[in-house]
Amino acid sequence: MYQFSGKLKTFSLALILLGALGIAFSFWSVPKSIEEVKEIISHQSSHDGGHETSKTSVKKDIHQIEVIEEVQSKEQNVDAHHVNNEVEVDSTGVSHVSNGIKEIHDTIVENNHEPMHVEETLHVAEDAHHSDNHDAEHAEHVFHQLKNKPWSALYVSLFFFLGVTLLVLAFYASQRVAQSAWSVVLFRVMEAITANLVPTSIIMLIVVLAAAFHINHMFPWMAEGIVDPTSANYDPIIAGKSWWMNVPGWTIRSIIYLSIWNAYRWFIRRNSIKEDTANDGYKTYKLNYNVSVGFIFLFMISESMMSWDWIMGLDPHWFSTLFGWYVLASLLVSALTVIAFVTIYLRSKDALPGVNDSHIHDLAKFMFGFSIFWTYLWFSQFMLIWYADIPEETTYFAMRFNEYKLPFMAMIVMNFVFPILLLLNSDFKSIPWFVVLGGIVILLGHYVDVFIMVMPATVGSQWSFGIAELSALLFFLGVFIYTVFSAFAKANPVPKGNPFLKESEHFHYYNIEHRGEGSGDHH
Amino acid sequence: MESSKVIHAFYTDDEVLMDAVKAVIAKHHHIEEVFCPFPVHGLDKAMGLAPTKLAITAFFYGITGLCFAIWMTNYMMIQDWPQDIGGKPSFSWVDNMPAFVPIMFELTVFFAAHLMVITFYMRSRIWPFKEAENPDPRTTDDHFLMEIPVHNNEAELTALLATTGAVEINIVDKH
Repeated sequence: MYQFSGKLKTFSLALILLGALGIAFSFWSVPKSIEEVKEIISHQSSHDGGHETSKTSVKKDIHQIEVIEEVQSKEQNVDAHHVNNEVEVDSTGVSHVSNGIKEIHDTIVENNHEPMHVEETLHVAEDAHHSDNHDAEHAEHVFHQLKNKPWSALYVSLFFFLGVTLLVLAFYASQRVAQSAWSVVLFRVMEAITANLVPTSIIMLIVVLAAAFHINHMFPWMAEGIVDPTSANYDPIIAGKSWWMNVPGWTIRSIIYLSIWNAYRWFIRRNSIKEDTANDGYKTYKLNYNVSVGFIFLFMISESMMSWDWIMGLDPHWFSTLFGWYVLASLLVSALTVIAFVTIYLRSKDALPGVNDSHIHDLAKFMFGFSIFWTYLWFSQFMLIWYADIPEETTYFAMRFNEYKLPFMAMIVMNFVFPILLLLNSDFKSIPWFVVLGGIVILLGHYVDVFIMVMPATVGSQWSFGIAELSALLFFLGVFIYTVFSAFAKANPVPKGNPFLKESEHFHYYNIEHRGEGSGDHH
Repeated sequence: MESSKVIHAFYTDDEVLMDAVKAVIAKHHHIEEVFCPFPVHGLDKAMGLAPTKLAITAFFYGITGLCFAIWMTNYMMIQDWPQDIGGKPSFSWVDNMPAFVPIMFELTVFFAAHLMVITFYMRSRIWPFKEAENPDPRTTDDHFLMEIPVHNNEAELTALLATTGAVEINIVDKH
């Protein structure tokens, strides 16, 4: 049996403590008054470097003017060209050139309008009047964003860890439903990881209730009077969606999702351990199979709805029909990576006797495959919106592309290009340190992915990666290590009662040589 | 010519065949070829063959397809006959790149798959109307055949193969 070492326990507790302190500090350091915010804004504009957070209205004003000038100068150029041509060429040529002008003009007008779809920029355009009233409004807007910041930082890490743990649970259920043999020696690893579902669900419940009771304001559709036609806050689009997006419904649904997942986890963990000693003609095994089938069904529904409620609801005007899949893909590839990491670690501690290089190879194949799957879904969502170019849809990407360019681009490279290059080769997939290298990039990439799902909606241009974000990450990492390894230490690392155990232990992908084996050991 | 003489050993089970191949290799005899009705996993390693380079060629064929797709979309949609589709007449390949990604993906797969199949056929010396090389039609049904060149060691080889579970051992002159 594996023993949760004191060193690792101390390390995880230190992470939790450090993270908790950082989270507390980030909540404490939120500006308390609008005056402080105005000071921050003026500070930001005086330090107008290239940094995203210091992009201020002043800079945007300049940009706006530049674009307009560009339009004018281009039109003049084309006009001159037009005149020259008129003298020289026949009428067909002229009409061609004037078509060209129209096209260029249209393009420029379009380019000019595009950034204005972003709410932020709309404010900016009005800023040109420099009315005091608007400055105050802008300051209040930034004040809201800064108040959201520590909540959002917590929420990004919370959602990432909760989601990854949930997808490990779903993957585990899928292995039971498929009656797959190769992964049986990894069952206890996956079960141990799902132990992290309990603390993350509790914290999620707190965040959900805090949102429902207006303690945090990450979800703009919860604002007061938003569905009341007589209110100044009235938003007809949200009013039209209020049959789904209303606080009681949202809260109840959130609680239902968390209950379903935790109920299955509690049941399957208990019954999986029961399998070891059941000796009842696989009655327990079959029961676990049936319950897992039911869970997969409920999971697919609750996961999609969860992604609408918890993530898409942050941008309540925007919608995407494949959003549930996209979130699923992101969390699934991270979940497989986490299983691989924990497996490689425990194996290096000699805690997993049945696991060989072929199991690592299979996990790495999943990491590779689901990375491509994520890219496919991400691009499917992006390309349709880009091509159709409907303002209400493009706001989502305009915001992310304008204010989050670096993480947005880095995420695509980390989640697609790196996995392709690192894990394409079959031999590399069975080398643990190589899998860890690829996995670190994948996990960071998908953290950034969640960051980009949440932050633009809640803090807008006020984002940064500082104490708040880092401490939330450390806190949940500490919770993860503590719960996972203490859960793993509580059960037999080999699921002895599983009928496919032997097959799993003998699992051997023919094409790879296990460490410490020569070609003579093959077959 | 002495070396044109070969020994043909027949087996009816891939497990038995694998053990036989290992036994023959352990005695340092050279196996010329093994004919199988279906692929036997691990046979190449047991015979001591070098790993296949087909995967590497597939990678480069994929890159070729990707480059071809980039060239093709640029020539068709930007250079030769610029088109305004969906209000995106930027006439720049980079700006319109997302629209070309499906084409880039498909041609990468197309090139990798087709050229790899052609390479495999050429490497295996298979082409249309080619006469079959396998020495016995039973290897296309339910028999496995191991071919070992004979170098004045007929008796020794026959004795060895008899112990490995061969159902039939023939000595034939190869033309």
